[in-house]
Amino acid sequence: MSDGSLLALTLAQARDGLVRKSFSAREFALAYNDAVEEAKVLNAYITPTPERALEMAKATDARLARGEGLPLDGIPIAVKDLYCTKGVLTTAASHILDGFHPPYESTVTSKLWQAGAVMLGKTNLDEFAMGSSNTTSWYGPVENPWHRQIGSPKGDNRPLVPGGSSGGSATAVAARAALAATGTDTGGSIRQPASFCGIVGMKPTYGRCSRWGVVAYASSLDHPGPMVRTVRDAAIMLRAMAGHDPKDSTSAPVPVPNFEAALTGDIRGLRVGIPKEYRVDGMPAEIETLWRQGAEWLRSAGAEVVDISLPMTKYALPAYYIIAPAEASSNLARYDGVRFGLRVERGTLDEMYEVTRAAGFGAEVRRRVLIGTYVLSAGYYDAYYLKAQRVRTLIMRDFAKAFEQVDCILTPTAPSAAFAIGEKTEDPVAMYLNDVFTVPANLAGLPAISIPAGLSGEGLPLGLQISGRAFDEETVLRVAEVLERAAEFRHVPSFVAGDRG
Amino acid sequence: MPLDKAAVARIAALARIRLGEAELEPLAEELSRILSWMEQLNEVDTSEVPPMASAVATSLPMRNDEVTDRTRREDILGNAARTTQGFFVVPKVLE
Repeated sequence: MSDGSLLALTLAQARDGLVRKSFSAREFALAYNDAVEEAKVLNAYITPTPERALEMAKATDARLARGEGLPLDGIPIAVKDLYCTKGVLTTAASHILDGFHPPYESTVTSKLWQAGAVMLGKTNLDEFAMGSSNTTSWYGPVENPWHRQIGSPKGDNRPLVPGGSSGGSATAVAARAALAATGTDTGGSIRQPASFCGIVGMKPTYGRCSRWGVVAYASSLDHPGPMVRTVRDAAIMLRAMAGHDPKDSTSAPVPVPNFEAALTGDIRGLRVGIPKEYRVDGMPAEIETLWRQGAEWLRSAGAEVVDISLPMTKYALPAYYIIAPAEASSNLARYDGVRFGLRVERGTLDEMYEVTRAAGFGAEVRRRVLIGTYVLSAGYYDAYYLKAQRVRTLIMRDFAKAFEQVDCILTPTAPSAAFAIGEKTEDPVAMYLNDVFTVPANLAGLPAISIPAGLSGEGLPLGLQISGRAFDEETVLRVAEVLERAAEFRHVPSFVAGDRG
Repeated sequence: MPLDKAAVARIAALARIRLGEAELEPLAEELSRILSWMEQLNEVDTSEVPPMASAVATSLPMRNDEVTDRTRREDILGNAARTTQGFFVVPKVLE
């Protein structure tokens, strides 16, 4: 097979091709190593690991030759550079983690390697996962492989953001420079970039995937999850990533179902909620139209579409932007120049801390640490932090009530398509509004998936989101796959690796 | 404006982030704008609502307090900028 056709395979197809020996894991890894190199212009990777990929592929080929293949054997995967990988530079896209080589491996990546996956490298992200555009990375912005169509309203060819914070992972998967990738989602950081890059991204239930060894941003909101090309691929990869981990005290001691078996294509009688509060001001009409189309697709497949209300929706975003920075200010206290990363020498300990942290943290991280410190400080704790936590309870109750009426909820993933690098950077609040549809599921810990469902007038991908009950990823995946079949999204970005004629 | 320059300087000291004098004014404006936007939460009556810290059950699992990982000194010190004789080195704290 040519490189181009190898790179176009889905995870499910590649898994079958490897088992049938249509191609070897080594051939596959070589094709992807070349793709990583070819896609360098997009800046999706901070650290490629091509030698490691070949070593791991060799082990796969040996296992397959013995007929002892593992669930993800030979599948080339990119790892968001927020996951600690033993002996491999781990940066969180921050200057303050300069030179950090973890002496341990995160639980989720350990599970992936135990399942036979092949590591392609570490992907770029917003610094400490704080951002919605992948422009806050110390290692520079990531480019989206999609471009606006010439002649469309904004028809310039400026580079677009991939979304964030898992922008490197989203770009790598969309540009065929990785077959799948890990992401993390604290307020939409898997789903919004998936929507912007035309791929599938899933945030499972809080507690489904261990956070151990993932650099912490906001611990009560951080969710590891898969970023892939199809819903089936999400089901396969999530199964390998999930499971109880005693090293994460919030990891759920519940069995991991075979998510792929949930993809029956049958959603007859399922009730799908449409929350009226998600019709926000300024949302483009084409997103509203796509959302209606999505509801129609599900109705045609036999689901019952029900109007519901989530009255607290508009307060999710400000509550999130209090809680997340509060937790971040506490989590990021560990970056002090003593035990790892950057250190700027000064005469006293306090000066060393202050100057190291000033040099090591970028503008957005500083902003969030300062906001977080303020809302937790004496005299302001009740007014901001406790208030936000009470609103979080109300958001949870909204969902609990909705799920008495419906089995899942359909919404758009983001209020816009990808925007240009440099747009929306002036006003932090305008940037935060990107997360308006994704943040509620983080506050409530519920599973949610974004799938590519159509193109904007400018020729850019738009995602639809399905959210479900806690630990009911199976319904979320089943409905998402029906939506995926109906949407028949076959569009390809203007840049894909292996497309040399 | 909820925050002035002095307040930003105080928060920065609490957060152990050194800010230059020229950074205080723009940050005061920016952070004030963000905080004002957050204050829309005051529209919500939460007088009878308990705060929520986590989406999972509030009681954390207990385990025995045991050493499980004994000989990792090299690993632990391996990423530090300065070490000596098996210890991290920091600027002198006591006179």
